[in-house]
Amino acid sequence: MQTQTLNLTGDSSITSEALHDEAARQLSICNSCRYCEGYCSAFQGLTRFRSLDASRVSHLANLCHNCRGCYYACQYTEPHEFAINIPAILANVRADNWEQHIHPRWLAKAMQRQVAPYVLLTLFFILVFSFGLGVPWLSDQAFYSAISHNVLVAVFTPLFVLPLVFLGFGLRNYWRAVGGSTLRLKDVKAAVQSAATMRQLSGGQGQGCNYEKKERYSSARRWSHQLTMYGFLLCFASTSTATVYHYVFGWEAPYSLFSLPKLFGVTGGVMLSVGTAALAYLKSQADPALGSQSRGAVEYVFVGLLFMVSTTGLLLYFFSGTALASFWLIIHLAFIATFFIAVPYSKMAHGFFRFAALCREAQLQR
Amino acid sequence: MVSPVTSIAYDRNLMTPGVGDVIADVLVVGGGNAALCAAISAAQAGARVCLLERSPKTYRGGNSRHVRNFRCAHTGDLGVLSGDYELDEFYDDLVRVTKGNTDEAMAKSVINDSAECYDWMIEQGVLFQPALSGTLSLSRTNAFFLGGGKALVNTYYQRCEDLGVDIHYNATVLDVHIEDGFADGVLVDFDGQQTYVRAKALVFASGGYESNKEWLARHWGDKAINFLIRGTPYNRGEVLKCLLDSGADSIGDPTQCHAVAIDGRAPEYDGGIVTRLDCVPFSVVLNADGQRFYDEGEDVWPKRYAIWGRLVAAQPNQIGYCIIDSQSKDLFMPSVFPADEANTLSELFGTLGLPVDEALETVEQFNDACRPGTFQSNDLDGLSTEGLSPEKTNWARPIVKPPFYGYVLKPGVTFTYLGVNVDANSRVSFNEKRSENVWAAGEIVAGNILGEGYLAGFGMTIGTVFSRKAGQQAGAYANTNA
Ligand SMILES: Cc1cc2nc3c(=O)[nH]c(=O)nc-3n(C[C@H](O)[C@H](O)[C@H](O)COP(=O)(O)OP(=O)(O)OC[C@H]3O[C@@H](n4cnc5c(N)ncnc54)[C@H](O)[C@@H]3O)c2cc1C
Ligand code: SF4
Ligand code: SF4
Repeated sequence: MQTQTLNLTGDSSITSEALHDEAARQLSICNSCRYCEGYCSAFQGLTRFRSLDASRVSHLANLCHNCRGCYYACQYTEPHEFAINIPAILANVRADNWEQHIHPRWLAKAMQRQVAPYVLLTLFFILVFSFGLGVPWLSDQAFYSAISHNVLVAVFTPLFVLPLVFLGFGLRNYWRAVGGSTLRLKDVKAAVQSAATMRQLSGGQGQGCNYEKKERYSSARRWSHQLTMYGFLLCFASTSTATVYHYVFGWEAPYSLFSLPKLFGVTGGVMLSVGTAALAYLKSQADPALGSQSRGAVEYVFVGLLFMVSTTGLLLYFFSGTALASFWLIIHLAFIATFFIAVPYSKMAHGFFRFAALCREAQLQR
Repeated sequence: MVSPVTSIAYDRNLMTPGVGDVIADVLVVGGGNAALCAAISAAQAGARVCLLERSPKTYRGGNSRHVRNFRCAHTGDLGVLSGDYELDEFYDDLVRVTKGNTDEAMAKSVINDSAECYDWMIEQGVLFQPALSGTLSLSRTNAFFLGGGKALVNTYYQRCEDLGVDIHYNATVLDVHIEDGFADGVLVDFDGQQTYVRAKALVFASGGYESNKEWLARHWGDKAINFLIRGTPYNRGEVLKCLLDSGADSIGDPTQCHAVAIDGRAPEYDGGIVTRLDCVPFSVVLNADGQRFYDEGEDVWPKRYAIWGRLVAAQPNQIGYCIIDSQSKDLFMPSVFPADEANTLSELFGTLGLPVDEALETVEQFNDACRPGTFQSNDLDGLSTEGLSPEKTNWARPIVKPPFYGYVLKPGVTFTYLGVNVDANSRVSFNEKRSENVWAAGEIVAGNILGEGYLAGFGMTIGTVFSRKAGQQAGAYANTNA
């Protein structure tokens, strides 16, 4: 019958099947109601289906961005016996998707649910860079004078590429699970358009979401997320242009402030630091019961990791030429290395799965 | 679980008219759409306002938390509304559903004011969305609230907070003191603490008595036990009764309620919109004796669901069984509870607890009476039975293709018609004399315009128009009687 079947608070032994069943139960109530259709494409997608299986539930879950509009608007939240909490159940289904589809699963489970791997990895890389590769703790030498370019490339290339390979396979598994067909260019185009503007975070009518202000609407999370995403992309652009400078033109770092790598890097770094700090603050104001509770603490750690990546990069730049330069270099590189490994196994996966879901949604709309 | 609400006993000696502090200029009783619009309007008029909502905060908003749209006249596109919906067409629609049982002047003034309400709502922060899928026929006449009624109510509560309205939850008005149409104050149970409070002006917006089964039983007898209440359990009508006992002129048929046929497995209270079942036109409906009792295909469902409440209420145990086969399974909005399913009709009737032989014979007779023709689910297709009693006049297609599905139907009460008589400014009349300081709004006055029947979205129109007037007037009254 239509009553709550799961206790989502911190119980990490709930099976994937139980999660999907509970989501299907709740979404079938929504499908007879449809009051929330104007909030987001998860609800618009729902109206296409008369019945819900795990594949459809997963697809809808990855269209949800946890704006919480549909929770505060719902007349059936607890203590009502229908016990609707769509943002929470979909957040749990999403996290389950990331754990189920990306291999090795043990690593995904560990990094999605525990803080320790992040701490251990960062410490490990600090040791690698300082003792293993001999970067001095205190020296005004930074980057290629402290550590050769070739060594950097040799260490970071596999750290960057391998996780992406696992992520790629994971996305393929997900794509199959949601019944995706061959991708066409226009699906991707539609998805890029939607992701670039974060149209969904507008709340449907431009009012924003109900994340940190509960019943009231606010656009703070949208802006923080935009800052974070574009900041991240700018940092990525900085590294990419630097690589081109190095290999194509033979120009070696350090670059001046008005060079592309620096312009991208510093702006992106500031955006990323501010964006992630804002996201963490907003999260502290939001009701944890409307998210994926068993992973709540780890989500902070992940946002913290991103914050550290950008902030230590900025510090490195700030202290360049001083005795602290190489200290910040070690720390910065350790955070980056940890971040690379975390890409498929942390909250970071959400961006890729969301993008896949937007592509799939474009296919279904055709 | 949403449990029934019971009446609270109180001591009449606590009523001390003329004694004690005045807690507000304007005291608003209720916490749904009408109460909130009145409170906002009174506060905007500069009055000090206090609002008393009987429910806890989680269930605030009465039946208004279940609504989805509001009917609105407009010339040209207006926000999410497209095209024209002129005053005359709106009024004709109203005359049709009420069979003329309305007050022309009042109805026209409400309709006239509805367009202005849309802009006012936007100013208060209300958000609309395009008509929901499956309700496109309403996209010209009805503006849908983004997120539905609870989001609407949330917005109004925030507005009240911002305007400094003093809001109390778990605050039940138990009795009122009104003499010769002049109100002194009300006795309130504040979370168990009973206090008499006074105000300069009062606005009553506490809904009807639809969730008071004892009261319903006075007209419906024991049957009322089996009725499901679609909305809030808090509208028990005690305040309405107090007003009538104090000499307020009544309006509306005291014996009638708006009841529709809904899913029989719905919760007893607060099941809301999702419990509706739209499969009746494509089905045969049997009673507990396995007999048909009415033409299931008389008209499209939106025009018939309201009469089915009473039809089912008249059957043994107030229950109906709606039977379809796999051909019709996807022709209507998904139901909230899955149907009972079986590969043979006798198995299905067994599961549903129907007398199998009688039910089988009824369906057989129905199948034999169907004629060849083209079945069209979207339109009256004229595909009717021949020589059957009662006939099924549209969508009569033999029930033959397994699997077979069964739904249970029960009467679901939406609202009651009895209310208090008000003038065009929503001021209550007592013994045919206009009160000096008592206004009423919302469902409690709907009977002034809706003599019978119902027009989708009109409850919100009546509620918003009247309550704004009530709030403005009560605020102005309090200001001039300092
Ligand atoms: C499922 C459902 C769907 C509906 N859909 C629509 C729709 O889409 N469009 C439409 O126009 N209409 C719709 N209606 C009708 C609509 O709900 C009513 O017309 C409207 O809500 C009435 O508003 P109100 O403020 O008068 O009453 P309510 O919203 O019911 O508010 C009454 C308030 O009074 C409080 N109260 C009761 N007794 C006391 C007391 N003694 N002391 C203090 N407070 C008290 C209650 O707790 C409640 O807050 C629907 C009704 C239902 C049940
Ligand atoms: S979340 Fe609640 S209000 Fe929104 S569609 Fe679902 S059941 Fe309806
Ligand atoms: S939380 Fe927001 S994005 Fe997610 S389903 Fe609800 S309305 Fe859509």
